[in-house]
Amino acid sequence: MTEEVKEIMFREHEEYMINMGPQHPSTHGVLRFEVYLKGEVVTKLVPHCGYIHRGIEKMCEKDTYPQIIHLTDRMDYLSAHINNEAVSLCVENALQVEVPERVKYIRTILAELNRIASHQLWWAAFGMDLGALTTFFYGLRDREKILDIFEESFGSRLLHSFITPGGLMHDVHPNFQKRTKEFIKYFRKKLPEYDQLLTGNVIFQNRTKGIGILSKEDAIAYGITGPSGRASGFSCDIRKKYPYSAYPFVQFEEKLSHEGDSFARYQVRIEEMWESMKIIEQLVDNIPEGDYTAKMKAVLRLPEGEYYQRVETARGELGVYIVSTGEKFPYRIKFRTPNFSNLFIMNKLASGGKIADLIAISGSLDLVIPDIDR
Amino acid sequence: MLTSIIYDFSPLTHRIDQFLSETFSPGWAVTMELVIVGLVFLLFYAVVGLFLVLAERRVCAFIQNRLGPNRVGPEGLLQTIADLLKLLFKELIPIKRADKFLYNLAPFIVIIASFMAIAAIPFAKGLHAIDFNIGIFYVIAVSSLGVVGILLAGWSSNSKYSLIGAMRSGAQIISYELSVALSLLAIVVLSGSMQLSEVIASQESGWWIWRGHLPAFIAFLVYLIASTAEINRGPFDLAEAESELTAGFHTEYSGIKFAFFFLAEYMNMFIVASFATTMFLGGWLPFHIDGWYAFNHMMDFIPPVVWYLGKTAFIIYLIMWFKWTFPRLRIDQLLTLEWKYLLPINLVNILIVAFISWKNWHF
Repeated sequence: MTEEVKEIMFREHEEYMINMGPQHPSTHGVLRFEVYLKGEVVTKLVPHCGYIHRGIEKMCEKDTYPQIIHLTDRMDYLSAHINNEAVSLCVENALQVEVPERVKYIRTILAELNRIASHQLWWAAFGMDLGALTTFFYGLRDREKILDIFEESFGSRLLHSFITPGGLMHDVHPNFQKRTKEFIKYFRKKLPEYDQLLTGNVIFQNRTKGIGILSKEDAIAYGITGPSGRASGFSCDIRKKYPYSAYPFVQFEEKLSHEGDSFARYQVRIEEMWESMKIIEQLVDNIPEGDYTAKMKAVLRLPEGEYYQRVETARGELGVYIVSTGEKFPYRIKFRTPNFSNLFIMNKLASGGKIADLIAISGSLDLVIPDIDR
Repeated sequence: MLTSIIYDFSPLTHRIDQFLSETFSPGWAVTMELVIVGLVFLLFYAVVGLFLVLAERRVCAFIQNRLGPNRVGPEGLLQTIADLLKLLFKELIPIKRADKFLYNLAPFIVIIASFMAIAAIPFAKGLHAIDFNIGIFYVIAVSSLGVVGILLAGWSSNSKYSLIGAMRSGAQIISYELSVALSLLAIVVLSGSMQLSEVIASQESGWWIWRGHLPAFIAFLVYLIASTAEINRGPFDLAEAESELTAGFHTEYSGIKFAFFFLAEYMNMFIVASFATTMFLGGWLPFHIDGWYAFNHMMDFIPPVVWYLGKTAFIIYLIMWFKWTFPRLRIDQLLTLEWKYLLPINLVNILIVAFISWKNWHF
């Protein structure tokens, strides 16, 4: 027996470590999992983030409040409107500005459209993670309709920077209402297709049911919010608990599930798309006439103090914490982003499962990497 | 002359044989025949490979609400040739600490295995390179050689992803080999021969998928599932599993060596579909219905090659359809499916088939 062979043979008790990422098709960005394997079974998983850390929080200290909006787009780029709204609400609360009703309605419609678009992309990518490549095109086909509505009103499809402190950048396009209604009508027909293609599939159910079970206690302890938390029975919908914008005026359900596995997370998101459509339908016909922005000063100076505002993005609770010293720049700004909290449950969920389960779990948590790193 | 050749190739091959043996010494004649057959297969291999890659892209585009390649050449027919040229000119990236010899050998083993299997396919009447009396046995033996190449590729490229992919593939192919062989055996029992030409001849009065009652149909389904798994295609493409292992066993291959794996995968699909056609759907025989003489006569006018290619294309479409609609299985589910479901079903099925055959209950 040569030395080399001996070396390999006696190394067997050592762990087999693979680096999943930063370039890997199913980490959805530049995230790295340090995965320790025993055969196919994952024994330990260490997430490494920071590959696209851009120092957004630090940059915010050098920017005025309307400028900060543009940076928040770049955090969770799939719920750009909702991120904008979070900062805007925080600043408005600090300045005690009451925004017009019209703004509230439009903001809520945009946020829900954004949520649907985000869930569509998640559905598309989740199917692809599990090897069903066709879902990607079905998801993107429908997401395109929403992006077209956005493009018509704001000129941009992904990073809108449309919601600003005090209201909106400008008024929405005259076609906005009509096209939103058209989209809802269209998507009500298309959403059942998602179930036909993926939800009922035996292979899909076997791959997701009972995989990555997250208990309610763990969800609360780790701060897992959004659809992932609600799939574990953790009622954490900010839209219900601390309603903001137009949410107090609408009827909708907070979708909960108690299984806590990947399939539950999947179903909660599908249900949320139905709920979002319900919310939009209630609002879109009743957008009041009026100004698209409140009267704001040219330079916004927040009174000295600390301000916190939270909103529900497509992935969970986004908190904005602003410390102001009365300047036109914030002294310190901190974002409590949902994905950062959601990421660190990965070790707990994926350990003991197969490599394929790890992919199913990370897909079902719906991680957006720029939101983790900021 | 030309019209009769389409229906029966044996006069043509006999004439070539006669010409060669009259002109050259017996040894040379055989050598020349071998070279001709080899060249014809090489050409066939390349053309079918190119066509299948395009077909897959068009089929997948059709399923995914897209158009697919339609710019290069008419209807995108030259797209694969353009892709092939690109692959030919690509740099072969050298791998540090790879086992160079095995690394270079692996793609050839994979491609040779598929090449050997193709020799036994009966394309049409008289268009059949080797007609063994143990043809099916030969095909099963040869097609399982490919796994050696895959294992070597994973082992020698000194990559962790590749190794996991290769190990998965080894477990998968060796397991599913059983089901493929057993489901083919069901037809061997019915037709009473392992010679492919005789299997086809035994289907003169009807294809085995109809005549063999339910067991033959079950064998067909099992064959379809198991063979899809054996050629590493979705939903059983665990060896590649691009969302888990980036590209599995061929992660580290580039350029033309990658193209070899790619081509071999498509050729394996073709071979698998060919054997499904030969064993279950009557090979190159036309579709006949008893008593409908006019209809049968009309069907006879369609050349056997067309029948054969049409049936094969149908099976290939089914296999592509699986891939583009189903999610991927997990490795333990894959093995459970084989050892707990397909294999027992198959064993019982073959018993029933043997009983039917013994009692002469089949039509």
